[in-house]
Amino acid sequence: MSTITEHPTYNYDIVRKFAIMTVVWGIVGMSVGVTIASQLAWPNVMYTDFEWLTYGRLRPLHTNAVIFAFGGCALFATSYYIVQRTCQTTLFAPGLAKFTFWGWQLVIILAAISLPMGFTSSKEYAELEWPIDLLIAVVWVSYAVVFFGTIVKRKAKHIYVANWFLGGFILTVAVLHIVNSMAIPVSLTKSYSVYSGAADAMIQWWYGHNAVGFFLTAGFLGMMYYFVPKQAERPVYSYRLSIVHFWALICTYIWAGPHHLHYTALPNWTQSLGMIMSLILLAPSWGGMINGIMTLSGAWEKLRTDPILKFLVVSLSFYGMSTFEGPMMAIKTVNALSHYTDWTVGHVHSGALGWVAMVSIGSLYHLIPVMFGRKSGDMFSTGLVNVHFWLATIGTVLYIAAMWVNGIMQGLMWRAFNDDGTLTYSFVESVEASYPGHMIRAIGGMIFLSGMLIMAFNVYKTAKAPRPATTAGTEAVA
Amino acid sequence: MDATDLRGITTLLVMIAFLGVCYWAYSSKQKKRFDEAAQLPFADDDKNDINNDSDQEKSNHE
Repeated sequence: MSTITEHPTYNYDIVRKFAIMTVVWGIVGMSVGVTIASQLAWPNVMYTDFEWLTYGRLRPLHTNAVIFAFGGCALFATSYYIVQRTCQTTLFAPGLAKFTFWGWQLVIILAAISLPMGFTSSKEYAELEWPIDLLIAVVWVSYAVVFFGTIVKRKAKHIYVANWFLGGFILTVAVLHIVNSMAIPVSLTKSYSVYSGAADAMIQWWYGHNAVGFFLTAGFLGMMYYFVPKQAERPVYSYRLSIVHFWALICTYIWAGPHHLHYTALPNWTQSLGMIMSLILLAPSWGGMINGIMTLSGAWEKLRTDPILKFLVVSLSFYGMSTFEGPMMAIKTVNALSHYTDWTVGHVHSGALGWVAMVSIGSLYHLIPVMFGRKSGDMFSTGLVNVHFWLATIGTVLYIAAMWVNGIMQGLMWRAFNDDGTLTYSFVESVEASYPGHMIRAIGGMIFLSGMLIMAFNVYKTAKAPRPATTAGTEAVA
Repeated sequence: MDATDLRGITTLLVMIAFLGVCYWAYSSKQKKRFDEAAQLPFADDDKNDINNDSDQEKSNHE
């Protein structure tokens, strides 16, 4: 390692493309989210006869857009950036890397067309029909070739821990996607899953929970292990802990899926296994969170002035919170109250907005200036990054607090019964009681979205700003 | 041997694997390579990036 003094000219073109599309798809996906949240809060205002814009069709569009378009582009951008810089080499197969960009954008556009049209395999977070699934598989395998090819040709002696997480994420998502999407096509736009009954449900939630565990967790932990040390300007708190974190996390997550199927036709022992493994999952999750936050020890004062670091550290706090909430909700008796209520929606968004989006936003604010020949983290306006930070935090807190209140209330109302055994409340009464929460949730979402618009403005100004004379040209643009 | 034995053996194997990883990660033999690996995010810093502590500079840019 000591022999390396010059680094190669990294391939930033592909990183820049994905980074910008992360912001674009973030705004699109969250706008759809705000739209459907408003449909629930103000159905009389938002009602439409136009079937493309009904809740049932826009909801999968929202989830696919924020997870796979926004989150996916963020993962592509940061993983291509991290793997090059920690391996001190350029990307393997740059042409194939370019294909992953255009292929992934095509997947997103096909999703944005086919989901509102009503084409769906009806598998949650895997709704896309078989031709798009095939395209995803090809793009994903290409991604794996580029990523692991870069690791193979690395100039550095070691494989940095962030690359272990990113590699685990890429490999596992390939397996999850291919196994869960196995289907028999009957036409270009319709297919039927090869699985059926309880086995189908189990495969679906093995996929679904590991989409959370590997796409939305391991991948973003890779991001965390690079950008937190980088932005805090000190190595990770404990590299040893990060290795135990990696193996414990990937070995445990894969078993937690059955907690999505408590009190269903799934065999009882499978439900209990899922519950226990979910509870064990608290340990590696918190190990990783502590490792990230403690990286700042001795540099806490940076939090006062650096809004990028604030994004990263608060994202870890939300990660800790939602990975405590998750195992708790996986306990069968708690799940009996929380399942099918807004609590689940709140839990997902505490992870999705608080952890995934905020760690991505912090990482992007670090790397986007580098894409435009500036110092890392040197955005056009640091003040606007700070405004974005507060909008994102307040939006997330409003969202999840509203969903906690709604969820517990709904759960209690649904299970209340009278002395003669009849239900105390009809379903529609619980819907009516949910109105204030739905309204606050929509407002929280709007606040979060407004932060993304500020980010887009800031990114645009950073891209257009003249390069500082001292750095122009040296951080070469590939 | 029935399914219960298999479950017991699996639990035991997973526990041994976990303790093995912990032992390996925390053994003093690995300390040097992990310290090196932990510096990798800073290994390619140049004047465009934020400067790091001088000891990191020394270990990576001899």
